[in-house]
Amino acid sequence: MTTPAIPEGVKRCSTGKFALWLAVVGAVLLWGVYAMFLVWYKGLNQTGMNDAYGFALWIWADLTVIALGGGAFFSGFLTYIIGKKELKSIINYAVIIGFICYSSALLILALDIGQPLRGWFIFWHANVHSMLTEVAFCLSVYFAVLTIEFLPIVLENPKLDRIPFLHHLSHNLHEVMAVFAATGVFLSFFHQGSLGGVAGVLYGRPFAFREGLLIWPWTFFLFTWSAAAVGPCFTVLITRITEKVTGKKLVKQATFRLLAKISGWMLLTYMIAKIIDTWYWAAVTAPAKGFTLMDFYTNNPVYGIWILIAELVICGLLPAVILVTRKGRENNLLLMTGVILAVIGVCINRWVMVLQVMAAPLLPFQDWYMYMPTWQEIATTILPIAYGIILIMLAYRYLPVFPQEKELNSGS
Amino acid sequence: MTKQEQHTRTKRYGMVIDLDRCTGCGACMVACYAENNVPFKKNESDKMLSLNWIRVFKVDNGKPFPDTEICYIPKPCMQCDGRHMEGHSPCVSVCPAVATDYDYPTGIVSQIYTRCFGCRYCMAACPYHARKFNWWDPSWPAEMEKYLNPDVSVRMRGVVEKCSFCYHRYQKARDKAYLEGRDEIYEHEYQPACVEACPTGAMTFGDLLNPEHEVYKLSRSKKAFRLLEKLHTNPKVYYLSSKSWVRRKADNYLEGQSPGQQNNARKTETASH
Repeated sequence: MTTPAIPEGVKRCSTGKFALWLAVVGAVLLWGVYAMFLVWYKGLNQTGMNDAYGFALWIWADLTVIALGGGAFFSGFLTYIIGKKELKSIINYAVIIGFICYSSALLILALDIGQPLRGWFIFWHANVHSMLTEVAFCLSVYFAVLTIEFLPIVLENPKLDRIPFLHHLSHNLHEVMAVFAATGVFLSFFHQGSLGGVAGVLYGRPFAFREGLLIWPWTFFLFTWSAAAVGPCFTVLITRITEKVTGKKLVKQATFRLLAKISGWMLLTYMIAKIIDTWYWAAVTAPAKGFTLMDFYTNNPVYGIWILIAELVICGLLPAVILVTRKGRENNLLLMTGVILAVIGVCINRWVMVLQVMAAPLLPFQDWYMYMPTWQEIATTILPIAYGIILIMLAYRYLPVFPQEKELNSGS
Repeated sequence: MTKQEQHTRTKRYGMVIDLDRCTGCGACMVACYAENNVPFKKNESDKMLSLNWIRVFKVDNGKPFPDTEICYIPKPCMQCDGRHMEGHSPCVSVCPAVATDYDYPTGIVSQIYTRCFGCRYCMAACPYHARKFNWWDPSWPAEMEKYLNPDVSVRMRGVVEKCSFCYHRYQKARDKAYLEGRDEIYEHEYQPACVEACPTGAMTFGDLLNPEHEVYKLSRSKKAFRLLEKLHTNPKVYYLSSKSWVRRKADNYLEGQSPGQQNNARKTETASH
């Protein structure tokens, strides 16, 4: 008798239905792949970037997926280091989401550089003063760690698990997973921070520049903090979407609430720090360079003060308050509103720290710079989403991702 | 020992541009294109996609006719000394692959095209938009290829380039001085192409630390200022203007602030260096 490829005791849709959906998402993926090859073949003239917008949609996407992928390191930290055993039911999925986010980030980086074949120069000719160097090193090593964390989940596929060597390898990897989780936490603190530092050290760009501690601008700490706060929200969001799509309960409600509670407190403390940082920047840092707060939010068609209010209040303080209150977490609608707003908040933060930095004029005789991405940029930004959906489809179908699934759906 | 010999070691090559003299003719741009093998496209209407190592900006005082006044501001790379004047210019410290470097003997910020992998972090860091990206493969009309300067390498698609103060001219002048048994090069021996081409003599170039060089005196003039001084990038390109409205166009001022206050602050900074 042959071993089924689908994990024991769970129900999955028919192969035909699965293949159909795979083809639909695969078509989107191919569109992105076509755009990707156009960019590699013809160069970055395929984008809407220009000499004012050296950083644009891709760098935003990079920063955003890494922040959202922060759920992997922070959930790992809570599960293996702090000992929150309840989170073991969601840690596999957090790792897979993290793996998708980080592999996407590396792919986008490979697209974004003008000379992709020289990408290795960042390691070979490393400039220790550059935040981007630190990002490249930590990102690559952490991706390796995520791959190691993902490997035992893959090896639990029934067909692979039958092979004695792989079975024992998987078992032993599980045994030492705390070591990798700790390594991941250490690396993540640095590269999440360095990504914040990328903008914060730009002392020629008053919109981005922040003072800080020793060599690290305040954005270094704020980026790590926000990724730790919002990463788990993204894990909750994707898990809930997976539940909706599959029509199954995959994780206990209590686990969602615990993760949301921790996220809420992280978000609330982050928002307090972020508001203090914004106030100091507006009152001291920017005026010292000749700018008032409103100089950055007027005389242009896009970046009004609304974006600051949206980031700090609507998608910052509001979700934080929802998630720290018991009533907010126990009401499903409120919980999901809080989670979605928090995710949008971190997306806005990364957007302004990349795009608005480029847009704001510096010399009084220059105007705001506006930017419109091309379809190639949009397609290659959607490409990781299609890739992520396919990987999730495959993982959900063939791997025992959710240990509570059997128990939660035994009645159906 | 002559004053010239006292300044043999560290130089700070810089430029002073007299905006009262600049007519905006663009000869500096043309000379730069020819000298540095800067490619161009058929359609150069989008200036943010144009490769130019020096670009002339037209600014006005914002008043209606007949009170309108116009000023032209040529803007090359500012060759910033960076905060604390230690060579950590905005672009140099961020480049992850050391593809741009601060040359301590001359103070010139270099760009190593074969090492640049096109991440464009330096462009994001530069407040002057002095850095240009090769969005396309470089090309010239066939007959023009014969006139490319053999002393300057052409750049490939996907890398950043910028004004080098015609560093290859410095290398040539240094070689000549060596062959003639001199440690020093004379002021006239090393002049960038834009400075030589300026028909009104609005541009002056030399060692900002050498009292015998013209730029030494000009950069210390009451009319001298730099672009965006409040950012503390410490550029080595100075401008001269007798008009206060032009001075106000060079930096950002809060209500009640004036360019004069800033000039005093900068003088203290330069003197302490």
